[in-house]
Amino acid sequence: MKLTGAQIFVECLKREGVKHIFGYPGGAVLPIYDAIFYENEFEHILVRHEQAALHAANGYARASGRCGVALVTSGPGATNAVTGLADSNIDSIPTVCFTGQVPSHLIGSDAFQEADIVGVTRSVTKHNFLIKNVEDMAKVIRQAFYIATSGRPGAVLVDIPKDISLQSCEFEYPEEVHIRSYQPASLADVDDVLEAATLMAQARRPMIYSGGGIMNARGSAALLTKLCQTYRFPVTNTLMGLGGVPFDDEHFVGMLGMHGTYEANMSVSHCDVLIAVGARFDDRVTGKLSAFAPDAKIIHIDVDPASISKIVKADVALIGDVKLVLEQLLTALAAQDFSHQQEALNMWWHQIDHWRAKKSLSFVQEPDAEVKPQYVIEQLHQQTKGNAIVTTEVGQHQMWAAQLYGVRKPHRFITSGGLGTMGFGLPAALGVKKACPDATVIDIAGEASIQMNIQELSTAMQHNLPIKIAILNNSFMGMVRQWQQMFHGSRYSHSYSDSLPDFVKLAEAYGGVGLRATTPQEVREVIAQALAINDRFVLIDFVVSKEENVYPMVPTGAGLHEMVLA
Amino acid sequence: MKHIITILVENEFGVLTRITGLFSARGYNIESLNVAPTTDESMSRMTIVTYGEENVIVQIRKQLQKLIPVIKVENLTEHAHMEREMIVIKVQANENSRAEVLRMADVFRARVVDVSESSYSLELTGKSNKVSAFLRMLTPHGVIEMTRTGSVGMKRGSEGF
Ligand SMILES: Cc1cc2nc3c(=O)[nH]c(=O)nc-3n(C[C@H](O)[C@H](O)[C@H](O)COP(=O)(O)OP(=O)(O)OC[C@H]3O[C@@H](n4cnc5c(N)ncnc54)[C@H](O)[C@@H]3O)c2cc1C
Ligand SMILES: Cc1ncc(C[n+]2csc(CCOP(=O)(O)OP(=O)(O)O)c2C)c(N)n1
Repeated sequence: MKLTGAQIFVECLKREGVKHIFGYPGGAVLPIYDAIFYENEFEHILVRHEQAALHAANGYARASGRCGVALVTSGPGATNAVTGLADSNIDSIPTVCFTGQVPSHLIGSDAFQEADIVGVTRSVTKHNFLIKNVEDMAKVIRQAFYIATSGRPGAVLVDIPKDISLQSCEFEYPEEVHIRSYQPASLADVDDVLEAATLMAQARRPMIYSGGGIMNARGSAALLTKLCQTYRFPVTNTLMGLGGVPFDDEHFVGMLGMHGTYEANMSVSHCDVLIAVGARFDDRVTGKLSAFAPDAKIIHIDVDPASISKIVKADVALIGDVKLVLEQLLTALAAQDFSHQQEALNMWWHQIDHWRAKKSLSFVQEPDAEVKPQYVIEQLHQQTKGNAIVTTEVGQHQMWAAQLYGVRKPHRFITSGGLGTMGFGLPAALGVKKACPDATVIDIAGEASIQMNIQELSTAMQHNLPIKIAILNNSFMGMVRQWQQMFHGSRYSHSYSDSLPDFVKLAEAYGGVGLRATTPQEVREVIAQALAINDRFVLIDFVVSKEENVYPMVPTGAGLHEMVLA
Repeated sequence: MKHIITILVENEFGVLTRITGLFSARGYNIESLNVAPTTDESMSRMTIVTYGEENVIVQIRKQLQKLIPVIKVENLTEHAHMEREMIVIKVQANENSRAEVLRMADVFRARVVDVSESSYSLELTGKSNKVSAFLRMLTPHGVIEMTRTGSVGMKRGSEGF
């Protein structure tokens, strides 16, 4: 059967089981847009900016477990997508982005809307392709999805010159995909598993530190929880790993790192065996390296060999998919004798409970005073019973959301961790809502971040995606202001959010519902009101105290144990 | 310490940029880089000479291996290996120095490739420290221009890459 490149594109997406793509048209992708015009096996969601297409695909991927797909045009469309690609790639989120390119014979001639997007995105993608012959189209698309979703997932870009979309060839779908130079790990070495199990059984102060890898390996969170519960091991999550164990499980000590809990950071600092599970020892997590888990033997489970001993040297490396490796480990642990560990564990837990008693995340909301941002998060949790899927922008509100929302299950806390991209949360929430139409989806935002992709309210209306947006409006780029206060003599250089729009009217102008709360009582009321509206998006402007800081905080350059509590 | 890393890659568009881009993006040093097709036309072989601490070298190797078109990576420095580099050098040679330049070429077993009234062009192949020594010895005579290939190498013994 002879098909055009554009038709092959459509056919391949169907074979990959794609149900939704996020995109924005333009000259170089017109043949592809033409081919999807009558398409009803997958739905195209038109965004308002290409960056948003990538963030929406990211949220969609994380909520659905499928690969996120975006389609944008050449030149400015492609360069607009770069931030979103970098964001997905650093957070290991499976994403394939298709870009149009100028016709092959014009490449390199500074043609209209030409950008060397393969060159531009080389370092912010897991891999990228420029299709040179229509005959390669099917094979490349197949490989792109395979690379994006396997091993350590990431962003893959496929650049398609316009003439290739128009040319035709015999279509044959490559059922098998094999890349001789790419063989992601699956199972860990059995001897290493045994060594890890032995170390864990001998530990006196064991500690599990799990991350985003648990989200990537669907189904592994249950194994992680089982591991903690069976052996009474304490567990902390990174920002990317929240929901890996339920927030109310007694073994969970909260998030670790720069804004982690006292008990999490102290436990990591004092443990004697640290088991890193799908986490990459980010600098926001470790603080000063020489003071990070100084007495611990390190066991590191990761699918990416380059993650192992990159920052912190691993004593035992278990290279493989975290779900399979946890299964291996649980089997190996079952053969170990843990009886002699119990007394030490009791003492260890006693110590941890002592740290817990500090209640490092506590805050006081006076009934008639200004609204504390933390209070809004706490109320959101209570009124949604912790069952919403939360996305965030970047800043203080993101940290308070991480600390206080209380994530019950995996894939319910969707944030930009590695790149820290302001403007992520709103489009990501749209992607999440598309994947989980029945879920309550809340973008927890700051008044500065939300303005970075505010145009996506229009997408929410057009595609009937009734999400909630909770703006913690402190009139500051709060996170920047906090650093200026702490490290730059309170010189608030250009961090005041001036000339803010009236967010309530703005929401209404876009066709949604706008609400505002300025007192604790109004906070409770508007949240209830917002949760009852399901036919349109709701944006809530929570006017909160201006100069609240996020604590605990590990100052830059300090060790985790040197965190400041208030 | 100096390390010689040899890499087998898919012979495809852009692969060289992926490798050099990796080195610049992650701040690794490249002392020299050599690339050419192999007997199997679908693959190229590269040799990169780099410097760094042990842990950096381990990361370089892992990061290279992580690139999709990279088939195989080996750090030759960890094995008994052969290393060769070629230099072509054009030296000033006037009446007084001609004999001395030729004698030097002879000592190093270099070949004369081109001659003019006032210069010799010499070619030498050897380990890179020998090449450097040759260059050093000729420098006082006045080097007009020179070019080096960078090292290539492989493991000793009968085993292939
Ligand atoms: C303002 C701000 C403040 C922040 N503060 C904190 C903080 O206080 N604490 C904190 O934790 N973070 C914080 N972060 C986030 C931080 O920057 C990192 O993004 C985060 O710590 C990385 O999480 P991770 O280690 O789980 O790695 P991820 O980036 O999620 O990486 C996952 C790891 O798992 C591996 N992996 C992936 N899939 C699999 C699989 N199937 N099997 C096995 N392994 C797999 C990958 O190779 C990788 O090594 C902050 C971010 C921002 C923007
Ligand atoms: C695209 C982008 N630009 C700049 C930054 C740096 N930055 C990090 S947090 C922040 C302020 C965020 O302010 P706001 O959204 O109001 O949230 P708040 O911290 O007040 O909760 C800035 C500017 C960033 N993370 N992303």
